Amino acid sequence: MNAPNKSGWKPEMQVSEDGLHNGPSTTTGNRALMLEEPLIFEIGHAETTGVDLPEIDPDAPNRLGGFDRSDPIGLVGLTEPETVRHYTRLSRQNYGIDLGFFPLGSCTMKHNPRLNEKVARLPGFADIHPLAPQQSVQGALQVIHELGDWLMKLTGMPGVAMSPKAGAHGELCGILAIRAAHTARGDARQVVLVPESAHGTNPATAAFAGYKVEDIPATPEGRVDLEAIKARLAPDVAAVMITNPNTCGLFEKDFREIADAVHAVGGYVYCDGANFNAIVGRVRPGDLGVDAMHINLHKTFSTPHGGGGPGSGPVVFSEALKDFAPLPVVRKTADDSYELVEEEGRKHRGQSFGRMTAFHGQMGMFTRALTYMLSHGADGLKQVAEDAVLNANYVLRSLEDILHAPFADSGPCMHEALFGDKDFGGGLSTQDLAKALIDEGYHPMTVYFPLVVHGAMLVEPTETESKASIDQFITAFRSVTERALAGDETMKQAPYYAPRRRLDETQAARKPKLAWQDPEPSA
Amino acid sequence: MPRYFTDEHEWIDVEGETATVGITDYAQEQLGDIVFVELPDVGAMVDKGGEAAVVESVKAASDVYAPITGEVTETNSSLEDEPALVNTSPEEEGWFFRLTISDTGELEGLMDDKGYKTFVDSL
Amino acid sequence: MRYLPLTDTDRADMLAKIGANSIDDLFVDVPAVAQLDGPIRELPMHASEMTVERHMKARANKNLAAGDAPFFLGAGAYRHHVPASVDTVIQRGEFLTAYTPYQPEIAQGTLQMLFEFQSQVSRLYGCAVANASMYDGSTACWEAVAMAGRVTRRHRAVLSGALHPHYSQVVKTMAQFTGDTIADAMPAIQTEPDNAGLISRIDDDTACVVVQYPDILGRISDLTELADAAHAKGALLVVVNTEPVALGAIKSPGEMGADIVVGEGQSIGVGLQFGGPYLGLFAVRDPKHVRQMPGRLCGETTDAEGKRGFVLTLSTREQHIRREKATSNICTNSGLCALAFNVHMTLLGEKGLRELAAENHRLACIAADRLEQIPGVSLLNSAFFNEFTLQLGGKPARDVVRSLADRGVLGGVSLDRLYPGVAGLEDALLVAVTETTTEEDIETLAKELEGVLS
Repeated sequence: MNAPNKSGWKPEMQVSEDGLHNGPSTTTGNRALMLEEPLIFEIGHAETTGVDLPEIDPDAPNRLGGFDRSDPIGLVGLTEPETVRHYTRLSRQNYGIDLGFFPLGSCTMKHNPRLNEKVARLPGFADIHPLAPQQSVQGALQVIHELGDWLMKLTGMPGVAMSPKAGAHGELCGILAIRAAHTARGDARQVVLVPESAHGTNPATAAFAGYKVEDIPATPEGRVDLEAIKARLAPDVAAVMITNPNTCGLFEKDFREIADAVHAVGGYVYCDGANFNAIVGRVRPGDLGVDAMHINLHKTFSTPHGGGGPGSGPVVFSEALKDFAPLPVVRKTADDSYELVEEEGRKHRGQSFGRMTAFHGQMGMFTRALTYMLSHGADGLKQVAEDAVLNANYVLRSLEDILHAPFADSGPCMHEALFGDKDFGGGLSTQDLAKALIDEGYHPMTVYFPLVVHGAMLVEPTETESKASIDQFITAFRSVTERALAGDETMKQAPYYAPRRRLDETQAARKPKLAWQDPEPSA
Repeated sequence: MPRYFTDEHEWIDVEGETATVGITDYAQEQLGDIVFVELPDVGAMVDKGGEAAVVESVKAASDVYAPITGEVTETNSSLEDEPALVNTSPEEEGWFFRLTISDTGELEGLMDDKGYKTFVDSL
Repeated sequence: MRYLPLTDTDRADMLAKIGANSIDDLFVDVPAVAQLDGPIRELPMHASEMTVERHMKARANKNLAAGDAPFFLGAGAYRHHVPASVDTVIQRGEFLTAYTPYQPEIAQGTLQMLFEFQSQVSRLYGCAVANASMYDGSTACWEAVAMAGRVTRRHRAVLSGALHPHYSQVVKTMAQFTGDTIADAMPAIQTEPDNAGLISRIDDDTACVVVQYPDILGRISDLTELADAAHAKGALLVVVNTEPVALGAIKSPGEMGADIVVGEGQSIGVGLQFGGPYLGLFAVRDPKHVRQMPGRLCGETTDAEGKRGFVLTLSTREQHIRREKATSNICTNSGLCALAFNVHMTLLGEKGLRELAAENHRLACIAADRLEQIPGVSLLNSAFFNEFTLQLGGKPARDVVRSLADRGVLGGVSLDRLYPGVAGLEDALLVAVTETTTEEDIETLAKELEGVLS
């Protein structure tokens, strides 16, 4: 995103009264650089291929046991030039951080440094097998160990599990460790307390682990209700799951007190670390009484979101839980070599709750995250948190006069600013504002989350935006807000300029078409 | 044929030993376009106030509770192919299931047409 | 700091706008006990790109890359040639730095790709519907067991002894917490899998039977008898595949009656990466089971102008709507790995996949024949695709693998690594051969193995 044009000049655009470009339609359906692209099944052929492999020798030895696949599989191929063009065209229908400001709250869409990508592709990391003899992968084991060490130091926690494959998998890891710890002392507990502002994975995870989930209300200032928790705490409570900073963008001031109260009844404190970016390098969750916390490497530590994964969700543990962490673990041995401990017994005398995934975790994300950490160092990471928080407060204070900000009086926000759709005119909603922002060239903020605010809009600028970029966003956001308050009907049809207009989600859900169907051959 | 209503926005028609259950026009309007209805198994026992079915719009899934206790005797299979019936005809063609009435006393706490209208107006 | 655009002037201006005196004012809600007085001391300070690259390269250089040695490891992760254009595509910023496609109007690239991916996977597996991917094969396997429980409303899963032991462990770990009963077994070291034994363990409470195809020992067997036996008891057949290239040569699990097919997609497009990120594949044969599936699904629809487009759909199954009633707590897929799979599979096409599979099998046959000639070595399998089991005449395979590595050969995976200390499995070695293996590599392995064993 460029700085606003200092000359004040704006390009003239011919826009018709309904807000649409009024040019002639084209034969192809394309609009210059906006190119339509069919499915591979519409352009590829079973006989076309983009790789050169030996032709099949029908007389070659066959030891498939008579299970040869004789019917067509139904796949189609493209040559390399066709393939590259197909995906390049598709890519241009996507919004990404590389293209512009991506203020998706609680998702931490920060810049993904390209050194990370380069390092992850070194053959010594990218081309090694998970079951290779350990003597041949010492550098890889060292990276896992080193990253774990960074995570423990950044969080002030004494244990770490590296294998969870994503944030929700990390949550599961934490909750399973809690359950294992209670089981180990013969203390069966049934309940996990989850604030109503929590991300949906929290209750889903606790329910999966066999717990009954009970909601904790929020206070009017947008924080967890300490008194409500204290009133509910009893020996049947296994854990509380609290996101800190929370999903309203606020720091949970009472966290330490909550943790002490939970510990006093024999429960554990799970902290959802989704919003760690706000405090990384500046506040250590271990100092707040956390027992387990997952860290989304794809948020705080810049591994790419990739259009929805892969993520990576290592979990840090307190002294009380660390022996229950899943296997495998990487250990540094007396002679400074590294060892992958894959099973209980011979070498590992903890009380691990078991294995969560086939191998040792998301190595490709570990190399990227460690590269990012080394680049920033302790000083840079602290600056990350400070700039992220500064940017979010700047957004909050630049928009609170025009947009309903339910918790603006609750103190500074952390890494994200929360707004609601109060006072929008003409039946307009958050959805309409989000779609109008698309036309302005932005990826919308997170919408309708957290559930505790009507028409929630959660804006997380991150630390990798310039002031000019944020100023330009604020200008655009103010303009669409003004239109929403005035009840501008044209917003109901937005976006106008995206590769697609609003999509019919009802049709998609009523008559699901989830795979390509070959057309009936015409008679 | 008397019709009763619950404060969870189900309606129930009583006809002799059996009753028919669906969701109200008000409920379908709140939910928006219905895309899927999960019905109970025929033969299943449902308890008054217990979860009996699920109705889904694009962005929400809501439980439908049994207004009374009974055994499910029939479900509306046309909803499987045409969940939109719940939107277009919630209180007739869009019925969900039929069940036996095990305790007519359970009907007593339910609202009648007028009572439900007052209830909805108060929301 | 090269990644942080704010200048000190910017920071001062912004603090003034906010009405704060210093950055510390924005952290007032953090209790004093948790306020650090400066950068964390035990960690280093920021570093240049060059310095960091040097640091990471030093670690990479301590590893023996598969491409730098004769390489025969498999057991759930396979080394295949990935065409150069795959990486070019996945490094496009519009794919790499996009989010989950929750705003479909500006995410059609990811969505159309996912639709193509789902179509490719469902065809490869012989199924009606595949989802937009899971974390990896092992977690997909657990999700299949959990789904079978939802469909059948039963809570006992019977696992084949020849299911990848790490997959069995993942299932058992999860089942500890959900209360499901898991009946597993050790692999029987014999030429044919023990299907009769597996069938005998299916009872009226069984939700599913889980079998790997080809199995952990590389064997291939008839799934139809398992499907019939499972269905006769009202149970589902879950088939796990860890080598998708095999399905370019052998019948699909769907056509042999599997109800849920899951697996690891890493072979196509993804690369070894020391175990992750990988690509969990998940498909169902009968479309009526779609609403019990876990994970994201992409579906076709139209936009307000009638143009075809794609959206994430049936999301009421998922955690962000159902919360504690969701089909799974999963909140992501392996998007970029799915893209890599999609691109690689498009480059292969039907013709390329079949040729790739044939080339894998051809070289595996050569390797099996050659290695079997080594004194003391016997080949267990009668049927295999690109991986088979050797028995080393009582010699501990784990030590043999280490000795081979000392000689610069990555010779396979010992069963003792997968089943530590289990009697009767110590001398078994899994050997995988792909199109990246040369006949020279095979000869080197044969010579070195002979040397180690003698």
